[in-house]
Amino acid sequence: MTIGLIHYLVVAAILFTMGVLGIFLNRKNLIVILMAIELILLAVNLNLVAFSAYLHDLVGQIFAMFVLTVAAGEAAIGLAILVIYFRGRGTIAVDDVNRMKG
Amino acid sequence: MDYAANLAMTLPELILGAGAIILMLVAAWGGPASTRAISWAAVAILAGACLALIGPASYGGAAFDGLYRADAFAAFAKVLIFIAAAVGIIMAPDFFERTHGDDLRPEYPVLILLSAAGMGLMVSASDMLTLYVGLELQSLAAYVLASFMRRDTRSAEAGLKYFVLGALASGILLYGISLVYGFSGTTLFSGIAAAYAGPQSLGLLFGLVFVFAGIAFKISAVPFHMWTPDVYEGAPTPVTAFFASAPKVAAMGLAVRVAVEAMGPATDQWRQIVIFAALASIVLGAVAAIGQTNIKRLLAYSSINNVGFALVGLAAGTPEGVSGVLIYMTIYIAMTLGSFLIVLQMRGEDGQPIESIAALSGMSRTRPGLAAALAIFMFSLAGIPPLFGFYAKFAVFDAAVRAGLFPLAVVGIAASTIGAYYYLRVVKTMYFDEPAPAFVKGNSPIEGGLIALTAAFVSPLGYLAIPLLGGWTMSAAHALFPAI
Repeated sequence: MTIGLIHYLVVAAILFTMGVLGIFLNRKNLIVILMAIELILLAVNLNLVAFSAYLHDLVGQIFAMFVLTVAAGEAAIGLAILVIYFRGRGTIAVDDVNRMKG
Repeated sequence: MDYAANLAMTLPELILGAGAIILMLVAAWGGPASTRAISWAAVAILAGACLALIGPASYGGAAFDGLYRADAFAAFAKVLIFIAAAVGIIMAPDFFERTHGDDLRPEYPVLILLSAAGMGLMVSASDMLTLYVGLELQSLAAYVLASFMRRDTRSAEAGLKYFVLGALASGILLYGISLVYGFSGTTLFSGIAAAYAGPQSLGLLFGLVFVFAGIAFKISAVPFHMWTPDVYEGAPTPVTAFFASAPKVAAMGLAVRVAVEAMGPATDQWRQIVIFAALASIVLGAVAAIGQTNIKRLLAYSSINNVGFALVGLAAGTPEGVSGVLIYMTIYIAMTLGSFLIVLQMRGEDGQPIESIAALSGMSRTRPGLAAALAIFMFSLAGIPPLFGFYAKFAVFDAAVRAGLFPLAVVGIAASTIGAYYYLRVVKTMYFDEPAPAFVKGNSPIEGGLIALTAAFVSPLGYLAIPLLGGWTMSAAHALFPAI
């Protein structure tokens, strides 16, 4: 069996779904949410690279480079906000993020 | 086309980017003592970026092989964005000094400049890559701004929520972009439009849905609005005012450009999504606001409600509709900035901000001028005729009716009466309830002047601006529809 475009797309779709579920179903830890966000971005990268190879077009791979770069910046900012949040509250449990409601 | 001509078209963003980097160095050198000077320098840079729009940045057309587009639509949106960003900078130093005890850190104006550069890219994007980079530049700066009061746990929580849901939105948008790229073979808007004009595939349709879901997050349209009240309540008030104005205009400009330029041939497909988001935003924004006791939360639901009305104009999918969206956003940012400037004046004896609506009781007797201004903004947000907010709603509903969307217009107008209830409740609290302790008088003539200016713009005097505004928004809208 040869590995074709469809296999990559299915894997990326599964990863993307896992990432989204990881954000909504996770009740424990905010770090897990950051990991879920990375999973979503990597699923997108897999999609872009697979399409790029399939179409013989470089734009997808260039796009993937940009996504990687931005993902690094996003993780840095996310962790920084997490640190100031932890300093104020002393916890990073998801259930405790509830100062504001309604 | 030579390189210099390309650079001339991106001059506003170049000024903002270079200015932000220089001011960042000055801030590192001067420390917190230099904040006020840096704030005014940042306002001057935003004014310079506005002036740069006079040149080829407003009519140059495609730059950098079609990655970037300098046209009248982008120029109009950028003027609104830069003005709103400047107000967001001007109102900050006094607020932080009063509530925080120490001075505002000089990174604040720098972050707003970077965010404004990102927003400029968003409304000028004519390629998915430019769109993504602009959106992320805006968002990453905004996450930091939301959590800017580091010692306040509510501010940190607002930043955290904004970050998680904003990153999720970017992920959804990106997934849609990857599908659109895969099934159309290009990321250029013109190429994508050609693909949508051809035989429709399921992949293109899925891409469209994901892209619109991601954009709906950024403009806080229902069903992707849940971050808005929490972030607006927790973020420092000047940051909330900024969030409610400039990024809204940018995201709405982005939505219009993607819908018309990239996915114009698929109008029938995205119109269903936009109509649903518009009606759901109008109804939920009105109903959920009724029980609120915090003025910032109330204004958050008000912004969800207003985005719904602006989307009514987009649903029309015509030049009149796009022009209506621009008129709506212009009047909306005047109303929302004015309202937040008044929220900024709500503070007790110790200088700490007060955010409860009950504290407005009897303000007509203790602070008659302020109460009159807030009453004007509330009546205008409700869309009551002599005020300018009525014309905003008129413009979008007129476009929807002309496009034959009668059910949308009827339900939208009916739901806007629900919204009137909670705006009028604020007016009733100010004019008919027993006076609460008066707010401490402010000593900022700039904030007072800005309140008077925005109040004058949304008062019936604003109708004088219609010939100018109407002509400008129509030429901006026609820049997106070259064929007509």
